Amino acid sequence: MGTSTVMFAVLRRDLQAALRRGSEWSNPLLFFLMVCSLFPLGIGPERQQLAVLAPGIIWVVALLASMMATDGLFRGDYDDATLEQLLLSPLPLYPLVLAKTFGHWLVSGLPLSLLSPLLATILQLPSEGLAVLMVSLLLGTAVLSFIGAIGAALTVGLRKGGLLLSLIVLPLYIPVLIFGSAAVKSAIDGMAYLPPLAVLAALLMAALALAPLAIGGALRISVDQ
Amino acid sequence: MSLSPPDLKLHNLYSERDERVLFAGLSLSVSAGDVVQLAGPNGSGKTTLLKVLAGLSSRYEGDIYWRGENLITQREDFRQHSLYLGHGSGIKAQLTALENLRWSCAVRGQHVADADLHRALTKVGLGEFIQQPCYSLSAGQQRRVNLARLFCCPAQLWLLDEPFTAIDQRGVAEIEQWICDFADNGGMVLLTTHHPLSLPRPLRRIELGGAS
Amino acid sequence: MANWQWFHKWGSPRWFYQFSGRLLPWLAIPALLLLVGGCVWGLAFVPADFKQGNSFRIIYIHVPAAAVAMGGYMLMATAAAVHLIWRMKLAAIVMKSAAPIGAALTFLALLTGAVWGKPTWGTWWVWDARITSVLILFFLYLGLIALHQAFENRDAAARACAVLAIVGAVNIPIIYWSVEWWYSLHQPASIKFVGESTIHPTMLRPLMATLSGMYLFFGWVLLLFVRAEIIEREKNTRWVQALVSGK
Repeated sequence: MGTSTVMFAVLRRDLQAALRRGSEWSNPLLFFLMVCSLFPLGIGPERQQLAVLAPGIIWVVALLASMMATDGLFRGDYDDATLEQLLLSPLPLYPLVLAKTFGHWLVSGLPLSLLSPLLATILQLPSEGLAVLMVSLLLGTAVLSFIGAIGAALTVGLRKGGLLLSLIVLPLYIPVLIFGSAAVKSAIDGMAYLPPLAVLAALLMAALALAPLAIGGALRISVDQ
Repeated sequence: MSLSPPDLKLHNLYSERDERVLFAGLSLSVSAGDVVQLAGPNGSGKTTLLKVLAGLSSRYEGDIYWRGENLITQREDFRQHSLYLGHGSGIKAQLTALENLRWSCAVRGQHVADADLHRALTKVGLGEFIQQPCYSLSAGQQRRVNLARLFCCPAQLWLLDEPFTAIDQRGVAEIEQWICDFADNGGMVLLTTHHPLSLPRPLRRIELGGAS
Repeated sequence: MANWQWFHKWGSPRWFYQFSGRLLPWLAIPALLLLVGGCVWGLAFVPADFKQGNSFRIIYIHVPAAAVAMGGYMLMATAAAVHLIWRMKLAAIVMKSAAPIGAALTFLALLTGAVWGKPTWGTWWVWDARITSVLILFFLYLGLIALHQAFENRDAAARACAVLAIVGAVNIPIIYWSVEWWYSLHQPASIKFVGESTIHPTMLRPLMATLSGMYLFFGWVLLLFVRAEIIEREKNTRWVQALVSGK
């Protein structure tokens, strides 16, 4: 059985499990929707002001939603001990962890990115920024999934992981937030938006290469306590 | 035959937890056909020892050899030939018994035909529940789904942590029979249980918790 | 194997405790001399800046605190790697001890930055690239301390924190660079005033003194923390009990 077949099997099971229990993927989306609609109530309904703040708001809330989704990435597997089976696989852990994280992105970051044009409209984001917002979220949430997975793997063995996870991963999320919202702003201002998008892509490549190593190591530590 | 090294050899194993010694100076050789019961009171390190052997815990000192070589260099080969059943349920509740089993085999890098998975589930008495999501099964039935892995993931060494939990009396006798059959065919079993085992073959008991 | 002996010797808490005891005065005395001397020199003898007046003098604490906090993180990450790779227990102790000291230094840097900001920019807080970077470093330290406290088992805590420290060390250059980029995007370089070239040599010399003093101070306090942790962990051994009973 080739590595890619095994990766596909891991991915398939995670998607099946997530889709059968809808709350896993729908709750972060609802959170994204609700928090974004709180901002006009807090700031005021002026179109101009909202339009200026929209890229930052959408990005910060997407980041929080992605982080909340990440908490459950390994928790279910840890609780039902299927994580042990994963760690005892004769195959290298890297592709298995990669498949799990990618599967997580498919049910968290991807729907978040697809939903973003709707929220952009609510928040009066100028239409020039829509496409770039989606692309930046597609790239950026993937990076967030990888970074968040490190934190989730480190805290999965702890009873109260949720808040701790945010303390650990939020500082590491900062570059993604900076380049993601900058790309959207640049697009709205008619400036070059490709450089920040390229940086996001570069961050994704780096995360793809390095993060699974940290995730795998962290999982082994969390199971061994 | 007797000249070949034992398949699994523990030499002078030591482990502590929170500054309490669990076991010290533990040496053990396991060869084909051996069934070893790890006994001892709660907290005596039975589960820790199984986790150390399975490769889930690195908190030990001493040496473990697999087929004459140090286990650290033989992890991959060891994982291919050993099967660990821990405390946890080992199954995803949202998935059916069949899907769970298919995943468990895939993660071990083994493609097992659905017919074989069916056979394994029938053998553990779940033939009628194959397509049911596991959350609708009873605790004992869920345990049996996990035990079905024994019959679809080929291995030479079983590491079983309390395999009789939530299993009824008839089931206990069944599992004992499976262990016997496995050992008769050259398999090795290390298990922890508080249950008095009645096997029609020699059984070795290792008492843990002597050192404290 | 012979070349590894020093490594195992260094890994022995008892040996390290005795060795570091001899090292302490060699760190403490120069550290205090350099810090006090550098501050007196910087505060009393260096001429005032033509633009900022006397308020610039806070850099003699602010800059060393920020720099050593950064260096402390890298030291912590190195100790973390040593602990993960060679399972050296002493490295775990160094890593654990460095975190609160580093966090305290980042806090000092933030505090002095705020005090500096009031007369300079007229506000206690400015989202300047350097201050923002220090703030993020402070968060990284706090996350690490929080993670360590969340574990009940000491070994697991050390190993988990080691992973996080290394992940943080890999990310720090990216974070710093992205904050610089973010700042340059929003603020054209008009507020920038501590350009490295504009600082006068007479201002620089006391800074070098307090900077090296701060490094020594960090080393000194780190050793004190490490020694306290060693005693705590080895409290049941014979040598610690002999030490405590004064034999």
